[in-house]
Amino acid sequence: MNQPFSTPKLKRAPLLPYLLMAPTLFFVALFTVWPTVLSIYQSFFRQRLNLACFREPLFVGLDNYATLFADDRFHNVAQNTLIYALGTVPAGIVLGFLFALLVNRSLRGIGWARLAFFHPALLPMVSAATIWKFFFTPDYGLFNSSLRFLGYSGPENWTGHPNLALLSIMIVALWKNAGYYMLFYLAGLQNLPADVYEAAALDGATGWQTLWRITFPLLRRTTVFISTIAFIDAFRTVDHIFVLTGGGPSRASTVILYYLWQIRFENQNIGMAATLTILFVAILLVFTITNFWVSERQEA
Amino acid sequence: MAGNRLLARWGYRLSVVLLLSLAVVWAMPLVWALVVSVRPFAEPLGHGDIWFGRKLTLENFRRAWELAPFGQYYINTILIVLMILGVQIITVTMAGFAFAHYQFMGKGRLFIFILLQMMIPTTALLAPNFATIRQLGLFDTRLAIAVPYFGSAFGTFLMRQSFLGVPRDLVDAGIIDGCSWWQLMRHIYLPPSVPALVAFGLSSASWHWNEFLWPLVVTNSDASRPLTVGLVRFTQLGEIGARWSLLAAATLLVVAPLLITFLIFQRRFIRSFLHSGIK
Repeated sequence: MNQPFSTPKLKRAPLLPYLLMAPTLFFVALFTVWPTVLSIYQSFFRQRLNLACFREPLFVGLDNYATLFADDRFHNVAQNTLIYALGTVPAGIVLGFLFALLVNRSLRGIGWARLAFFHPALLPMVSAATIWKFFFTPDYGLFNSSLRFLGYSGPENWTGHPNLALLSIMIVALWKNAGYYMLFYLAGLQNLPADVYEAAALDGATGWQTLWRITFPLLRRTTVFISTIAFIDAFRTVDHIFVLTGGGPSRASTVILYYLWQIRFENQNIGMAATLTILFVAILLVFTITNFWVSERQEA
Repeated sequence: MAGNRLLARWGYRLSVVLLLSLAVVWAMPLVWALVVSVRPFAEPLGHGDIWFGRKLTLENFRRAWELAPFGQYYINTILIVLMILGVQIITVTMAGFAFAHYQFMGKGRLFIFILLQMMIPTTALLAPNFATIRQLGLFDTRLAIAVPYFGSAFGTFLMRQSFLGVPRDLVDAGIIDGCSWWQLMRHIYLPPSVPALVAFGLSSASWHWNEFLWPLVVTNSDASRPLTVGLVRFTQLGEIGARWSLLAAATLLVVAPLLITFLIFQRRFIRSFLHSGIK
């Protein structure tokens, strides 16, 4: 960012740089900063649009936060969110790494294998979920047919079963994202220094040793980077829940953003929605700031 | 030594088998959807009868197209994506240029202010932003879906980065030759930064083509609904019921252009996907 000298233009038009960034500043202020401030403010008020007596905002201090943290429904949702994130992110990263190792070779038709792994990342999440909606169909859906063929005899109503609904949306997320993470690992693998491998081969290292002692440590930064974007994505993607489970049965597959949507647009509870927004923003900030810090260090 | 080589060869064969089976498993949902979509409408799926029907047909695609205004949804999605892209290209180029070329008061702070947009994903702010859209009188318009994205911190960041890579000598020569700021930006900074702009454009376009939750919240009629929201409504139509062949056809109608575009621009797409990880 160090400019060796100030340009002549700067002296004649000191306003110019501000004018050039004015549109960007304006939209960031209107759709990022203002809504955040508004939510903080609204989170101190009780306001529900669907009940006449609560329609006007009433100052309640930190009541909304207290109510939220004491609410069993919220505990349930928080737990689901945690299971979802901790279940999909590490599994997705392991699969992405495995895919990258498998497709990182020149073999006839390897492009097709890469496409097979990567194509779900291209699809809108709602289309991926729609495809899975009938893939999951009980009885004649291919998912259950294949599982039965392999000896599975459990419940087949994946998206409607209390113990399986959350798992079913996790499976879809895993299917969609693993190929995306593969891409980062593939780029990483192709940039690895060849001489290290030559040295390892001369020293008689086995393939397994090379993999765990050399390849994986060298890709550590890639792994950290993928984890942060994967966590952010896990928190902010709920499209498949709308298609597959609607958050049910009885909240079994409701995660925080979906809950926020329900509170705001089904329950019309402005105050509680604002409280959830602030909480959600706080969670996301932890991951986005980590992400920044990691990518800054990667550049340095 | 010989034993080692034997082990390595078997390891290699095993990895090929693993690769093949995983690839088949991963491709199966889409392949099955493709097969089911060309099954005659009159032959619903049944136990043990889940692959091709007696003949191949495109009638499901025609029926799906008639049951919901997919044409309108397509137009909406395309217009929304183009609107966002058109405005973003201008705003990120100007802002990126301001940060890369000038020294001014509050530069660092303003940059952080803009980066806030990358730290607080817009998706999280759907409730308060909905209120803003209502207040602006934009509810249920295509503009409502696009307008929160008219400024892009990610794009500004990317363009600034790219502009900073332009050789100082080139810029100085331009200044000495008496270029205006506009000419400097247009003829000196922009040409070497086109690849960055294209990568940003592709990732932005694919992001907004796929977006669902925000459009769901701010639309209420087919005149403004994009494809993603239209598809979800279609899956909930009473007439669909368990007609999977129809649903498969509708889904493919939505994803086919994406897959085809990807196959054509594969390399650029992958580069832009790698870029978009910074978001």
